[in-house]
Amino acid sequence: MGSITLKNVQKHFGEAKVIPSVDLEITDGEFVVFVGPSGSGKSTLLRLIAGLEDVTGGTITIDGKDVTEAAPAARGLAMVFQSYALYPHMSVRKNIAFPLKMAKMEQSKIDKKVEDAARILNLSDYLERRPGQLSGGQRQRVAIGRAIVREPSAFLFDEPLSNLDAALRGTMRLEISDLHNQLKTTMIYVTHDQIEAMTMADKIVVLNRGNIEQVGSPMELYNTPRNLFVAGFIGSPRMNLIEGEYAQSKGAKTAGIRPEHMTLSKESGLWKGTVSVAEHLGADTFLHLDVDGIGKMTARASGEFGAHHGDTVYLTPDETRLHRFDDKGLRIAG
Amino acid sequence: MARKSTTQSKIVWTVIAWVVALVIFFPILYAVITSFKTEPEAIDGFSLIPSGTFENYITVQTQRDYFKPFTNSVILSIGSTILALIFAIPAAWAMAFAPTRRTKDILMWMLSTKMMPAVAVLLPIYILFRNFGLLDTRIGLTIMLTLINLPIVVWMLYTYFREIPGEILEAARMDGANLWKEIVYVLTPMAVPGIASTLLLNIILAWNEAFWTIQLSTTNAAPLTAFIASFSSPQGLFWAKLSAASTMAIAPILILGWFSQKQLVRGLTFGAVK
Repeated sequence: MGSITLKNVQKHFGEAKVIPSVDLEITDGEFVVFVGPSGSGKSTLLRLIAGLEDVTGGTITIDGKDVTEAAPAARGLAMVFQSYALYPHMSVRKNIAFPLKMAKMEQSKIDKKVEDAARILNLSDYLERRPGQLSGGQRQRVAIGRAIVREPSAFLFDEPLSNLDAALRGTMRLEISDLHNQLKTTMIYVTHDQIEAMTMADKIVVLNRGNIEQVGSPMELYNTPRNLFVAGFIGSPRMNLIEGEYAQSKGAKTAGIRPEHMTLSKESGLWKGTVSVAEHLGADTFLHLDVDGIGKMTARASGEFGAHHGDTVYLTPDETRLHRFDDKGLRIAG
Repeated sequence: MARKSTTQSKIVWTVIAWVVALVIFFPILYAVITSFKTEPEAIDGFSLIPSGTFENYITVQTQRDYFKPFTNSVILSIGSTILALIFAIPAAWAMAFAPTRRTKDILMWMLSTKMMPAVAVLLPIYILFRNFGLLDTRIGLTIMLTLINLPIVVWMLYTYFREIPGEILEAARMDGANLWKEIVYVLTPMAVPGIASTLLLNIILAWNEAFWTIQLSTTNAAPLTAFIASFSSPQGLFWAKLSAASTMAIAPILILGWFSQKQLVRGLTFGAVK
């Protein structure tokens, strides 16, 4: 079991209201990602749930039990830290066994659990090594192993992949998703990387300045961002946000169109642009354009489109995929 | 070319380092050499070749018992170091892991007491010691040595503890360790190298401390520093005997320092290269 409820949770550091007030419902077994730019309060929110920080106000409930004042270990959660936070003076075996030892479990049971966890995480050959003798990915697995053996009601991940290189990050992302499918335990995952958020989450919580901007499934956020912040944050490359005449003609202060929702042509179209940079990724090409009367825009072309710096390209937005926002930056429905 | 100049500069720096080291070490070497000279040889002028007599050592030991001040030095330096650690570990702990806005000020204030000339407080301390009956007692000197070295001990431990990532302690807390277990299983093992170098350095500092130990002791609690000083008194100067006494006084700490130099250098440069 691992349902978590936050009610009017607040966190102030002196004068600074890092979390003004947050309400959030996490159901059992969900993979929830907190995403936001740095300073958005996502890590603070996770630490409040973990009990590593005290709340200034509000209540945190786990499986119906009020744990607002409970010590971290009493909450039945396990956490994987950004820096892995392994105990450098202990072997992998002892690192993974540490929470069980603290729980005064029998040694024979500890051994069995550690072996099991090591097998799941491909660490069986490394049990006697110290963390210093392991690669980044292996260390991350040990940190996950230490979390798994506790059989927590929920896992908390604090930017666990940000110290890894791009290739390894991709692999670990899959491994964590896979782990979630196997264990079916609630996971809360903090990241600033919207790709991690989109690929892993059942539910994304977008945070900005300590406030929740939107909660929803990846595709909900992608298709119907509630405001300009979410529109700009979710999706890569970013959504093009257009103000002025075009937006007004659509009855909005700001119009948004994603780079992948425009048709490109070298002959004709609604907007005329000049390619400033063409990023060739193989399957796709991202074109960064200077568009007459609008300014800078990004468009996604197929890899075969073959545009280069200085070329003229015409863009036509798919109006059914157009997002409209009012003068407060909120989405205009319909 | 680049390679050649690197080799050249390496040689130059090595030579300079050796010269500096020899200049620093020379007084100690000369004291050792002089201790093997006869008294007339000793005052005769500069010479690096002694006649090799052990007479001075025998005289020093028979005239004044070496083992009493030696025992005092051991008790005072180890005692004051342990006492200092007992106070400093929790203090450094609190400052490293639960700092407030005033933590830096407290550290500076503690260090500033080391900048004050000791003579300035000699009289009040002497009177306090006299009134409390602490003059020429091991307890009195242990307290004194603890107090004068405490700022350095706290400072050193603080820099050490600060290098221990807070996330590891938080991980321990998540894993169910209470404060005591966190200290025993996670923090202390990680801080052992730091605590060890602090301990060694403080023993050396306490062993070598000469001002307070000489001022506040006469016979009963007098350590080796006072033992050396006593050779430069009433009957005039006896260079050879004084050198023998000095050699006997510094030998134990020199040996300790030699065997623990790796640990000491590691401790003193900790956090500097990162």
